[in-house]
Amino acid sequence: MRVCINPHLSSLWFPRSLDAPRRLVLAHPRTAPPDGRQLTPPPRMTVRERLREKISAAFYRHGLLCASYPVPIILFTSASILACCYPLLRLPLPGTGPVEFTTRVRDYTVPSHEPQGDLGERPDWYRGPPVAYIQPVLVKAAVSPWDSTLVPVDVFRSPLGRVFSLLEEIRNHVHDDGSGVRSLEALCLQVTDLLPGLRRMQRVLPEHGCLLVSPGNYWQNQRELFDSDPDLLKTVHQHEPKGLHTSATLRDLLFGVPVKHTGVSLYSRKRVVTYTITMVLGSYDARFLSSLRARLRQLHPSVNCSLREDHMVHVHFKEEIGMAELIPLVTTYIILFAYIYFSTRKIDMVKSKWGLALAAVVTVLSSLLMSVGLCTLFGLTPTLNGGEIFPYLVVVIGLENVLVLTKSVVSTPVDLEVKLRIAQGLSNESWSIMKNMATELCIILIGYFTLVPAIQEFCLFAVVGLVSDFFLQMFFFTTVLSIDIRRMELADLNRRLPAEAGMPLPKPGPLRPREAPPPPRPSPHTITLQTPAFRNLRLPKRLRVVYFLARTRLAQRFIMVGTVIWIGILAYTDPAGLRTYLAAQVSEQSPLGEGGAGGLPPHLGVAPVFPGPGGDPADTLSVLPAPAEPTPLPENQSQGHHGAPGEGVPLVPQISWGAEDEEGWRRLSFRHWPSLFSYYNITLAKRYISILPVIPITLHLSPREAIETRHPQDTRHPPPPSLKTNDLPADLTLYKVAALGLAAGVLLVLLLFCLYRVLCSRNYGQNGVAHGRRRRGDLPCDDYGYSPPISEISPLLLCGHSMDIECLASDGMLLASCCLAGQIRVWDTQTGDCLTVIPKHGLRRSSSSGCWEQRDGWDAVGVAEPENLGGGTEPGGGVFDEDKGYPLRRRTTPRPALFENQPDLTPLIDTNFDSQPPSHLLLTPPRNGFDFGGLVEKAYLEHEPPSPGLTASYPSPLSGPPPQRRRSLGYIQPPAPQGQETPDWESAVWAMELRGNLIAAGRSNGKLELWDAVEGSLRCSNEDGVSGITALAFLNNRIVAARLDGSLDFFTVDINKPLGLLQYRGPPGRSNMPPSPCYSSEDVISCQLTRSVQCAHQKPITVLRAAAGRVVTGSQDHTVRVYRLEDSCCLFTLQGHSGGITAIYIDQTMVLASGGQDGAICLWDVLTGSRVSHVYGHRGDVTSLVCTTSCVISSGLDDLICIWDRSTGIKLYSIQQEVGCGASLGVISESLLVTGGQGCVSFWDLNFGDLLQTVYLGQSSDGQGVRQLVVLNNAAIVCDFGSELSLVYVPAVLEKLD
Amino acid sequence: MPRLEEHCWSRSCASRVESKTFSGGNWVASRAEEMMSIVTTVLSNAYGSLHSVRAAHLIRRGLVLFTVGVVLALVLNLLQLQRNVTLFPEEVMATLFSSAWWIPPCCGTAAAVVGLLYPCIDSHLGEPHKFKREWASVMRCIAVFVGINHASAKLHFANNAQLSLTLAALSLGLWWMFDRSRSGFGLGIGTAFLATVITQLLVYNGVYQYTYPDFLYVRSWLPCIFFSGGVTVGNIGRQLAMICLCPGKCSCYFQPHANHISAC
Repeated sequence: MRVCINPHLSSLWFPRSLDAPRRLVLAHPRTAPPDGRQLTPPPRMTVRERLREKISAAFYRHGLLCASYPVPIILFTSASILACCYPLLRLPLPGTGPVEFTTRVRDYTVPSHEPQGDLGERPDWYRGPPVAYIQPVLVKAAVSPWDSTLVPVDVFRSPLGRVFSLLEEIRNHVHDDGSGVRSLEALCLQVTDLLPGLRRMQRVLPEHGCLLVSPGNYWQNQRELFDSDPDLLKTVHQHEPKGLHTSATLRDLLFGVPVKHTGVSLYSRKRVVTYTITMVLGSYDARFLSSLRARLRQLHPSVNCSLREDHMVHVHFKEEIGMAELIPLVTTYIILFAYIYFSTRKIDMVKSKWGLALAAVVTVLSSLLMSVGLCTLFGLTPTLNGGEIFPYLVVVIGLENVLVLTKSVVSTPVDLEVKLRIAQGLSNESWSIMKNMATELCIILIGYFTLVPAIQEFCLFAVVGLVSDFFLQMFFFTTVLSIDIRRMELADLNRRLPAEAGMPLPKPGPLRPREAPPPPRPSPHTITLQTPAFRNLRLPKRLRVVYFLARTRLAQRFIMVGTVIWIGILAYTDPAGLRTYLAAQVSEQSPLGEGGAGGLPPHLGVAPVFPGPGGDPADTLSVLPAPAEPTPLPENQSQGHHGAPGEGVPLVPQISWGAEDEEGWRRLSFRHWPSLFSYYNITLAKRYISILPVIPITLHLSPREAIETRHPQDTRHPPPPSLKTNDLPADLTLYKVAALGLAAGVLLVLLLFCLYRVLCSRNYGQNGVAHGRRRRGDLPCDDYGYSPPISEISPLLLCGHSMDIECLASDGMLLASCCLAGQIRVWDTQTGDCLTVIPKHGLRRSSSSGCWEQRDGWDAVGVAEPENLGGGTEPGGGVFDEDKGYPLRRRTTPRPALFENQPDLTPLIDTNFDSQPPSHLLLTPPRNGFDFGGLVEKAYLEHEPPSPGLTASYPSPLSGPPPQRRRSLGYIQPPAPQGQETPDWESAVWAMELRGNLIAAGRSNGKLELWDAVEGSLRCSNEDGVSGITALAFLNNRIVAARLDGSLDFFTVDINKPLGLLQYRGPPGRSNMPPSPCYSSEDVISCQLTRSVQCAHQKPITVLRAAAGRVVTGSQDHTVRVYRLEDSCCLFTLQGHSGGITAIYIDQTMVLASGGQDGAICLWDVLTGSRVSHVYGHRGDVTSLVCTTSCVISSGLDDLICIWDRSTGIKLYSIQQEVGCGASLGVISESLLVTGGQGCVSFWDLNFGDLLQTVYLGQSSDGQGVRQLVVLNNAAIVCDFGSELSLVYVPAVLEKLD
Repeated sequence: MPRLEEHCWSRSCASRVESKTFSGGNWVASRAEEMMSIVTTVLSNAYGSLHSVRAAHLIRRGLVLFTVGVVLALVLNLLQLQRNVTLFPEEVMATLFSSAWWIPPCCGTAAAVVGLLYPCIDSHLGEPHKFKREWASVMRCIAVFVGINHASAKLHFANNAQLSLTLAALSLGLWWMFDRSRSGFGLGIGTAFLATVITQLLVYNGVYQYTYPDFLYVRSWLPCIFFSGGVTVGNIGRQLAMICLCPGKCSCYFQPHANHISAC
């Protein structure tokens, strides 16, 4: 049916009649859009209904279109997003740092307010007059030559004292050029009042009149106060704010240079004092300034000082965002992220949840960008602060629609085609989406009529954003969703889907209740067994990426390279760094005409110092810090006035003018000017100031002058003040910064930790994306009301035990089980037949009559074929008739459904071998005639392990003559006690092992018994120990028994073959049988205690495993011990657990893993006894452990199954099982894991953690869990299920049933 | 599950009823007193483990609401104050706590009271609120509330009437978007009225005053803010009441109906 409508659908998106989906629905009722009640429209529809139907149909077609052509639509959408975002390139980048723009002084005019046409490189903020012109006067003063009679205070007292005369000079300077008399008073920026909150600065900063800032402000610009100040440094320091100060301080403001460059300290090495007199001018007058400059130069000539004087820098300040403003902003963003988190959390039932969440966020974000871009395109420049309104825009636009879309699409029937699902989901929600959008538009429209400009602008953005968001939802998100759904369909080929049959149609109408699970369907797949070769290829993609990153250390290398580049850039751009040095080198070389100049960056050649005739007419834009001066000035040094430096070279302070002095204000905080102006309530936000070229002044003071200006108390300072008093403030600051950094680091770590806990919870490494925490609840066995599907894998029930099964042992072909009643049964794992019953003594006596009957039945089956072949008489009578079809049925259709319908015949085929006389043990001649039975058994036993057709062939080839067998059945009494060995029926079997055809059973009274698995006869018994045997290991010819008292006994099984029977090994039928190893029924088997380790452990041994010639024991005393099997010597005692050992795994490859009560899993190297890895994975005991070649699988009491990478110890993922599940585990192949559950076993794909199939063991799963699970060689598993055993075959074929 | 929730609600209501009569000035004291009484009740109830579970649930909800109220008060206060923020980072903390110390606790207490009252009244009216019961919607509501505050603090309006009208429209829009219940509307109005009266009393008594009072010595947009705040806190309270934080077995959520958008 689907095939026939496919062409129909593919052409459906073309504009056709509007009732296209309706017709489709009629053809295919399952695809009915949920508003199905309109499919049969009433004769008169209201306008609303008609509109609704039209919208639904349009959305349906649109969904088909999107799902049919995903790639072109996504390309188209991306192109339109890019096109709409293109105007955003013109917007300035966000950032709060000041932007600079350099013009030349000579032809400077105040820029006009109106934007001019040929702006060129002129930034758009460069309009109108600046807030102020800053004219710095940089003073460098030194007392020279330095005299040894001078005290440290002299370094700065007299130089600072000169500031007053300089100020006087500046204030009194008058320029008169005929057009008028100008003075500083007329030009400077008049300030009125300090902010009321700045009382403490009232005395320091000028409160009225000209804004003229200098160090003299500390003393109210009065020389008398300065002269009478006993401690200058204290005066300076007392205005410093306490605590950390990162921005502009008062000291920075007044000195105009950074603190460490002032030289005002008692311990200054250079003995040069630097400070700035900052004039803030309200208007620009070039002539006045140049005359002032000339005047100052004339008064205080700076020899050889040729600083650049022809460029002024305009600095534009962005709006400042204070910390206090950030807090509400951060709060809104936190709310926004919470909103996004809570919204996207609801996306479910898709292939890639995070991918869709990302697509949703991308949809919203790009719709915002599109709205801003479109508004910019149409001339609406955004005046709102983008960062502030952004969260509200997102909230208004919202993520609801995409979530509703997703939910609607995933709730469509999964068996539909992808595009039908998309179309149907879209049309389901079309009405609500349209209605919602109309409502929002209305609300926004109302908001537009509030006539508040900001709100209007916001509404405009929101409208455009809404429309573009709708566009993106319809095109981008729907297409992404269709791709995702399609991926899920593909991925589901490996996944079993729950049963769907009988699922009612979804409730029509847009108001459909939530239906989380898609309609399930019967399992269409059987299990594939991965070949091991594909194992490594099938790691999840995410893990592969992570492993790749980890392996190649890509991130680390990127960071290293980035750091190196960054350091290089820093070193190059540092004013005192490489670049200056290079420039100096080059400028030295260039007069020589060397070719080295050719390699210069071009801008050095056209440096603004030498403006060429063809240079820029007006200005050059400079955003970088001022390019280091490439002028050929190696080091302009001005020597002191007073004579030659002579012998006192170190005593003469050198005043040097370097390139860094040219724009000394750059070294200040970028908040310097805003904070200075903010004191007078002048904001610089979105405005600019112009900084004029600096006026350099060099002052040289004589020692005599310094001594004259000295304050009487200056000499009281100890000449060399202790280093501590000087360095203490700096050090304190350093400590504070360090402490702050430490605190910040700790906070960061805590934050990251919290983030980690939030994001990863405690299931790190599990595949949270698509198949992470797969719960048992997802299985159809509960909650949804579906009956468990009739699965392809049907278990074979092995009934017979009367009580719960306690021990299970298998060697691959035979399976021995022991129930609480002490009955041991041996089963053929191929067919599920019960071969032997080793009953409890008393029971056997009491039910002897039943036994006889059963034995007859067995005999009939077993002897039937030879008898038929030999044409003998049939002894079994009616019982045989009844059972005649049994072997045939078993071979052809081993379906348990049939099996269940028939009377349970398993008891009838029980081979009660123990009632046979163990004649071979008597070693006496047969009583009447030759006993062929012994020969038969010997021949059979020679060919262990038996072939798959064991049961069928066992009695057949050489069975003795029927009379003889009948004799053994009928006439011989139950086995006479074999001399020294008496079967013990009173004590329970605590441990059991099966090797060859010998069953080793350890009993609670300390007895070790060896039974013949086929004949059911007791071969030998050992009563050396009295403490109960809790665990047994049977390897080669050794048996290791762990006893309750913590001792470990090593037994050796000796086989003495009677010589007289050797010639009979090789009967004619032997060639049909596979080679068999060890024990012949004729052998005399003895079991001797070779060694007993009395105190193997301090506490009872809980686990005992043997493989590869090693015996490993785990005990309650937290240790694991490794013994060598041959000489039973203890090799290692492995310590590392902090709880009792509960699970141990060892295999032929010497892999040893142990799990303990502390939830830890340790991997050990058996050869060296060292611990390879140690991981914690469970809350509670580790209940079982299995290893494959690549991973370790553990299950714990917390019902969690964890899969670990064996080499790295990383948890790959975990599977949460339902509470009370059995902890049994088994690995069938490298990629197939089987776990036991409540009445079922589940198969998992180990590579992905996907649940492949769940097999239910019985119809009545009344909470019985699978406690033990044994994996047999032929890909079958056996598990105990109450008093029954279940044999589950795992087919190795994948076939998709569809 | 609904029965359990009703228990929660009725419990919360029972403990809330007597506190309604207290006037605003005694809120803190009454709240503390009542907390103490609850605690003592819990301790003395040796028999009722269920009872204590409910009480603990109530206290937990109250604490969460209190925290939310305090944080919102601090942040929104900062929003109102930030025009005068200076540039010195040292003063951030001072700005954050620049208001009187008692304002955040008062707001927190009010939030707890309102947030517990909403589900209580819902259960009394017998119409448990089902409209958009999910955390995403609550977050959206909080964001809109902060946005309204933001607008009132930062936007330049021509006159106060315009500001008040705009805010009133926005508050009504908030209620329509996220609540749409009569009880919510009534309680919001009540909250706004009561809070405005209390503010008025405080201002009359000279506890503090506004910089630009325009309506009987207070700002005229206060009722709108209080109304939307009441609706927001009520939203949070209802959502909290939906989650039964039973110890041991958490996350027994209400199953919200899938289609939140198309409610009509």
